[in-house]
Amino acid sequence: MRTFLTRRLFLLIFVLLGVSLLTFSISHIIPSDPARQAAGPHATTEQVEVLRKKFGFDRPLPVQYWVYMTGLLRGDFGFSLYSRRPVAEDIKAYFPATIELTIVAMLICLILGIPLGVLSAIYKDRFLDHVSRVVCIGGVGLPIFWLALLFQLVFYRSLHWLPAGGRIDPNVAPPTTITGLYIFDSLVTANWVALGSSIYHIIMPAVVLAFASVAWVTRITRSSMLETLGQDYIRTARGKGLREQQVIYTHALRNALIPAITMIGLQVGALLAGAFLVEIIFSWPGIGFYTINSIMAMDFNAILTTTLLVAVVYTITNLVVDILYVAIDPRINYS
Amino acid sequence: MRLLHVFKRNPIMIFPAIVVLGLIILTFFGEALAPYDPLAINIPAKLKPPSTTHLMGTDEMGRDVLSRVMTGTRYSTETVLVIMSSCLIVGILIGTLSGYFGGRMDDLLMRITEIFLAFPPLILALAIVAALGPGLLNAMLAISLVWWPWYARMVRGQVLSVKDQPYVMAARSIGVKDARIMLHHILPNCMMPIFVQASMDMGAALVTTAGLSFIGLGAQAPIPEWGAMVGVGRRYLLTAWWLSTFPGLAIFVAILGLNFISDALQDILWSREA
Repeated sequence: MRTFLTRRLFLLIFVLLGVSLLTFSISHIIPSDPARQAAGPHATTEQVEVLRKKFGFDRPLPVQYWVYMTGLLRGDFGFSLYSRRPVAEDIKAYFPATIELTIVAMLICLILGIPLGVLSAIYKDRFLDHVSRVVCIGGVGLPIFWLALLFQLVFYRSLHWLPAGGRIDPNVAPPTTITGLYIFDSLVTANWVALGSSIYHIIMPAVVLAFASVAWVTRITRSSMLETLGQDYIRTARGKGLREQQVIYTHALRNALIPAITMIGLQVGALLAGAFLVEIIFSWPGIGFYTINSIMAMDFNAILTTTLLVAVVYTITNLVVDILYVAIDPRINYS
Repeated sequence: MRLLHVFKRNPIMIFPAIVVLGLIILTFFGEALAPYDPLAINIPAKLKPPSTTHLMGTDEMGRDVLSRVMTGTRYSTETVLVIMSSCLIVGILIGTLSGYFGGRMDDLLMRITEIFLAFPPLILALAIVAALGPGLLNAMLAISLVWWPWYARMVRGQVLSVKDQPYVMAARSIGVKDARIMLHHILPNCMMPIFVQASMDMGAALVTTAGLSFIGLGAQAPIPEWGAMVGVGRRYLLTAWWLSTFPGLAIFVAILGLNFISDALQDILWSREA
């Protein structure tokens, strides 16, 4: 286990280095002239030259990368043209909203996906199974941005049940910042008005975001549950007279969940990517909302920092998933 | 006749068959079959709800939404084909070299793919399109750039599982050249799972391109690309629901059809392996 961990951590450092090299290339090599890009379409040649000196674009590429890299390590991600303050501050302001949205979507995904998958497997080819399979095939194919608009049409425009967007009612003061997660903060500070409003606002974006992931998790849970239920040890468990519930929940589910965990780990990336589209539609002030606006403003420091951040979160989640694997299944031995 | 038999045994397969047939027909004849010119601006008739003259209504410039959806099919099928084939070509090339030769080259190539796999594809594609500038071609290029590593790894895995098979060793022992072994002995035996994966990813390629266009980074106005139409329609969501709803429905139906087919292909593959 220890050699596995050291190897994975070593790999992690390598991958993150590569990731930074890639984002660096996107900002410094792909635009044929980054200085002109930064100066905007109406800048004069002199203005572009001034910027070139100022940003160090006239220096050799390895030197530029070194400057970029050491800046990253110090937490200096440059200055945002879009918000006119350091990108690091923007991240602090916007990231909690995305974390909150992703966590709630993930909870929805687990609370619905796993039981649905298990029930679908137990009642294979019965009515419930057919319904869940249709929902799965549909859910996987639904374009998330379209689903978001349909939800707005139905639950906001027609039924007036839920707000069209935003994180909290404009007339309600946000809770005192502790973590930046509104639901958590208002719960801790016993601010029930803010809590109610935050939950009311998060329902629609979180459900839309979770939709496709619920479909994936249900699908994987169902198929791996079906496979496990056919194993010899399940027959043995039944044969020695265990109650069906015990067979399913302690013997089958635990083994069936192992493939599901990989899928759940992958869903973190899917949810983060989906959040980029969902956030702009629901005006959810998270990292996706920030990035899309930065893209419109051609604000490269901001775009690349959020890209890097998402990659870091994604890579670390995958590492955690691999470690969880070992913890859940003693048969897997990485060393 | 065999096809009829398939539909009889599995009537739900009629749906994807119709969808794919529709996609093919509309790709080639969408514009010709469309009742109106998809680009013809007619301001007095703007934002008209669906009616018998305009089945899907008209958009903010008075253009017929149905005609635009029909014509737009072409952009979707083209992007999917371009993205899938470029990813397959690069993925197969790199994956085969990596798996067959192993050693240093394998290490280097696989480390490169790991870096790409550290990003959720849409996010990296967003950053690349932002740098390249918006446009359908750049969107396709960006998506292909972030997607090939998934294929390279998969092909490599397949090659590794095949390359020590007795028939490959036999070929090597009688002095067949490396290139010929790869092309004639290894690759043909790896292709099935890779094509199944590609068929599964077609829907994803379609929705990712549409997503970029929705944000405004893919197809630009007045191109009737489905994602871009949903994006523009969003501005009129509360007053003219049909603008976003119908192009989105087209995306959904197309993906659903493709997913059904890839599911069926997967079943065939599994039953063959079993």
